[in-house]
Parts: sequence; structure tokens; C-alpha cells
Amino acid sequence: METGALIALLATAVSAGTPLLYAALGEIFCERSGVLNLGVEGMMLVGAVCGFLVAIETRSPAAGIIAAMLAGGALAAIHAFMTTTLRVNQIISGLALALFGTGLSSYIGKHLIGVPLPVGPVPMPIPGLSEIPLIGPVFFRQDLLVYASYLLVPLAWYWIHRTRPGLHLRAVGENPATADAMGVNVYRVRYACIIAGGMFAGLGGAYLSLFYAPCWVENMTAGRGWIALALVIFAVWSPLRAMAGAWLFGGIEALGFRIQILGAAVSPFFLKMLPYLFTILVLVAFTAWNRKKRIGAPEALGLPYERE
Amino acid sequence: MFIIERRASRSTAFRILSPVAAVLAALVFGALFLKLSGFDPLAVYGGMWRGAFGDAYGLSETLVKAIPIALCAMGITVAFRMALWNIGAEGQLYAGAMAAAGLALSFPDSPAFVLLPAMVAAGMAAGALWALIAAIPRAWLGANEILTTLMLNYVAIFFSEYLIHGPWKDPAGFNFPLSPAFSEAARLPAFGDTRIHAGILFALAAAAILTVALRKTTWGYEVRLIGSNPAVARYAGVSIPRHILIAMAVSGALAGLAGMAEVSAITGRLQYGLSPGYGYSAIIVAWLAKLSPAGILIMSFLFGGLLVGGYAVQFIGVPAAAVNMLQGAMLFFWLAAEFFGSYRVSLRGRFREVH
Repeated sequence: METGALIALLATAVSAGTPLLYAALGEIFCERSGVLNLGVEGMMLVGAVCGFLVAIETRSPAAGIIAAMLAGGALAAIHAFMTTTLRVNQIISGLALALFGTGLSSYIGKHLIGVPLPVGPVPMPIPGLSEIPLIGPVFFRQDLLVYASYLLVPLAWYWIHRTRPGLHLRAVGENPATADAMGVNVYRVRYACIIAGGMFAGLGGAYLSLFYAPCWVENMTAGRGWIALALVIFAVWSPLRAMAGAWLFGGIEALGFRIQILGAAVSPFFLKMLPYLFTILVLVAFTAWNRKKRIGAPEALGLPYERE
Repeated sequence: MFIIERRASRSTAFRILSPVAAVLAALVFGALFLKLSGFDPLAVYGGMWRGAFGDAYGLSETLVKAIPIALCAMGITVAFRMALWNIGAEGQLYAGAMAAAGLALSFPDSPAFVLLPAMVAAGMAAGALWALIAAIPRAWLGANEILTTLMLNYVAIFFSEYLIHGPWKDPAGFNFPLSPAFSEAARLPAFGDTRIHAGILFALAAAAILTVALRKTTWGYEVRLIGSNPAVARYAGVSIPRHILIAMAVSGALAGLAGMAEVSAITGRLQYGLSPGYGYSAIIVAWLAKLSPAGILIMSFLFGGLLVGGYAVQFIGVPAAAVNMLQGAMLFFWLAAEFFGSYRVSLRGRFREVH
């Protein structure tokens, strides 16, 4: 492959990985606090459609992004109430959220199919950095939300691993009874993390409908919310590894497009399967790997906390 | 501040009333939503009711939709009883449909009494194998089956699209993506001039067999034991990996049977949109029915009615997705109702009890 094609492939990988990255980052916060939220797909879809709707109404992508985050956060709040206050099975509540969100997004988006976005996405090359060979065109000729992820990911890592609230968050996810005894309000931390997780998922959805696509198509996330959940396992709950993983998964998606454009003698349906097959492979391989290395999920993941 | 205490026991009245209350609450929620988007909720619900249950045709269509939902939900129940979260019924349904279609297309001249049982067997085997792809890494490595079964749904659906665009495309189909029509021998018989087909007998038989198997056999006992307390099960010498494989295979086989019945009785060929998400609705049905096969039969009928009613009100502009939303809302309200059934909420300092 020539360099131009390679650069195009890698740049698409970063862009395609960004919605996965935001969704996975949100889920990392949520799972670190001990709550599994399987509703990512639903929250992304509702974020995508609300972001798109508001961006059309206000002609402002920024308003769309904010709306998407609020919508994702609102859906996550249902899950927070269900799992934290009502102590409902987290898996079932998450599945309900995924199914409900999928239906809700199609309902809201019924009249948005085929509607163009008045203000399209603008690539914003960063002066100077975008001129670096290879790295420049791949990483620094993207849009604002991609750049925001470059900042957010290290910040999230620092916050989780090096600050006091981050320590509390990890304590709540590992051993809520001890965290409670330390004076940490377990319920408050969990509510905050679940809702923040939903806001990130909504943001990931808005990236799809406002930047990546940019349009609204029913079920446009096409399983990305679930792939983000696999990405969290691959990343062993670390934001930095999630970033690398998101670009890798984005790369598989980009590779599918690329092969199709080159007109290879492969059925497009097999290329469409690639991300899903790759996710299964990675999930199985990394479950085995994590197990061997004895690293795993936060200790209290999936368990409701009931104060004695 | 509120205090939340576990109730000592649940009242019988509550157990019966809470699913009803959950469905009603979801309908009220749906009504608010419809109102907000400019529809008259009573007119919409009236239209849905008449469409689904109002006449013989509606009722028969409701039953037609209930069949695949019931079969998938029964499969899901077997897995869920063991806390195995198989959410891949949709893909397993497609796997069963493809295998059955493969036989029907390859042996158009064989008689029905050979072909139909072979299609049933192939559909069930394909569904089981599709589920085993996720079950094997789950059994030995602990790879998350929620994600693998879900990913396999996409793979199965894309594979069926590949078949109808490629090798199985009907040469006489004006370039439409569908397979040739099956021979008459490959069609499951229907009752009278309705579309209600022999698949309903599969669903009833599955419910009866599962009820007995889960309650009266050692297998059923071990499944329940693993579901409630895997540590005890392991201590008692129950092989958990073996049970994971069996439960997932049974689960997939039932969904595969649903797929076989759909292509054989309803479409008569492999084509797009074989399932409008039966495998996903079935997850909600299984849970609302409290994982009881008899309950699933009732709930599937209700959900079949929701689907048919949803189609009926599309002509007044209500999006079909309203039904999916309503199904999700029902599950949420049901989960909340469960909570109030097993916990008592009271104000601190007032009804304090010692327990």
C-alpha cells in the first residue's frame, strides 16, 4: 500500500475509533464505581438522535453536543436509580436501557432520516502539528471532538489513578463497605459515575451523527455501544489502553471500507462482519490473557450495595 | 431520609398484581409520550387493540408473531436460569432459518415427511452451533457471553444477506435480494386460511417439555442450583462448563427452531427482515414471565399483540419504534415493581422494626 492510502486509513481509524473511545471512557467510570451498564448502545443512539435534532433546530453543533450529553446522562440516570436505589439486577436493567434507548431513538428520529445537517463538520488542522510527516495528517487534521479526546483521556487516567476523588471512586468499585466506612458516600459516587458514563456515551453518539456520518440513520451505531463494552475489558478498565484499543477497533472498521473501495473480490457483507468478528476474537483472547495475569474487573462490579 | 428493608415474604396478591401494574404503568408512560408528540393516546391504544385483538384476522396475526417470540424466550429462559446471559437469540434464529432454507433449496423434490423433519433438525442444530460459538469460550475462559452472543447476531444477519445477494439469489427474482421460493413440501402447514402454522405446536411442546425438565429432572435441578449458587454446585460435583454448553445449545436450538418455522411457514424463502427483532423482544418476555415457560406463552401473546397493534397504527403516523420503546419501558416498570414487592420503604424513625 502506498503512503497516501496508509495515511488515509490511519486517519479514518482515529476518527472511527473516537465514538468508541468516548463510550468506553464513560463505561470505564461507571464500571470502576462497581456498576455495569449494558445500555451503552441505547444511550449512544439517543445521544446521536438528540444531538442531531438540536443541531438542526439551533443550527449549532455545540448545542447538539450538549443536548446529546444531557440525553445520555438522563437515560443513565434511570439505570442509576434502578441499580443503586432499587438494587435491581444490573444486567437486566442495562439490557432494558439498551432496548428502550434503541426504540426511543428511532421514535424521535422518524422524521430526521435523510435530513441534511445545516452546518457540516469542519476539519480543523492544528497549525504546525499537522505538518509533521505521517503523524500530522493522521492525528492533527481531525475535528474538535477528536482533539478533545486527546486531552480527556490522560486527564481521566490522572483523575482515576492520582487524585483523592479518583481513589474514592476505585474504593467504591473494589470494596464499597470499606469505602463507606472511610466516609465515602457510595450511592452518590455511583450515581455520579453512571450519569457521567451516560454523558460520554451520548457524546460518542453525537460524534457519529454530527461529525463521522454526518446524518441520522436508524440504529446508526450498529453495535458500537456493545463493541465499546468489549473495549473496556480489552483496556482492563484503563483510559489510556482504551484509547489505543479504540483506534485499533476503528482501524478494523476503516480497513473494511478501504478494501471495499479498492474493489477486492470479497463480498461487502463479509467486510461488514469484520468489526464484530474482531471484537469476539479480541474479547476471547484478552479474557484469557487477563485471567492468566490475574488482572480483572473491579471487585464489586455487578453487585448492588446494601448498607448494613 | 427513607429506610429500605427487605420484606420477610411477598404477598400473593402482589405477585399477581405487580406484572399487571407494570404493564399499565408502561402504557401510561407511553400515553404521555404519544401526547407529547402530538398523538391522541386513546385513539392510538384503541387502534392497537382493535388491530391486534379486535377481529379474527388480528388475533391470528397476533398468534403468528407470538410463536417465534415464545420459542426464543423459552431458549433464553434455559440460559437465564443459569445466569448465562444469552442475548443472541436473534442470530440463532437466523442461523436456524439459513440451515432450514439450505435444505429446502437443495432438496426441492423430496417429500414433506422427510424434508420437514430434516429442516427442523437442521434449524435446531444450526441454532445450537451458533450459540456454542459463544458458549465454548464462556465455559472454559469465562469470556463474556453477553458480548459474544450479541456480536454473533450481526454476523448471522450479514451472512444471511450475503446468501440472498450472492449464492442463493433467486435467478428469477428480478434482482431482488431473496432466495427462490421453497417447494410446497418444505412449507409447514397452516391452520385453515390463517397464517397460524404448526410452529405453534412446537411452542406448546417446548413449554410442556421445559416445564417438566426444569422441575422434575436432575438436569433441571442442577441448572437451578448453578443459577442460584455456583459455588455450592461446584462443591456438589456439578460440572459447570458442561452445563454451560448444554444450556446454551438448548437455548440456541429453540431459537433456531423459531427461525426454521419462520422461513418454512411464513416467508417460504430466505429474505430480508426475517425477524423484526423477535430475539430481543424475547429477552423482555422471558424476564416479564419470570422465566416460567407457561408465563412465556401468555406474555408472548401480549407482545405479539403489541407488534401487530404497532403495525396497525402506523397508518396514522405512529412510528413502529413506539412499540420497542414501550417494551423497554415495561421491563423497567416491572423491575421497579419487583423491588417494591421485595422491599419495604418507610420514613426513618417511624415504622422501625427489628429483624
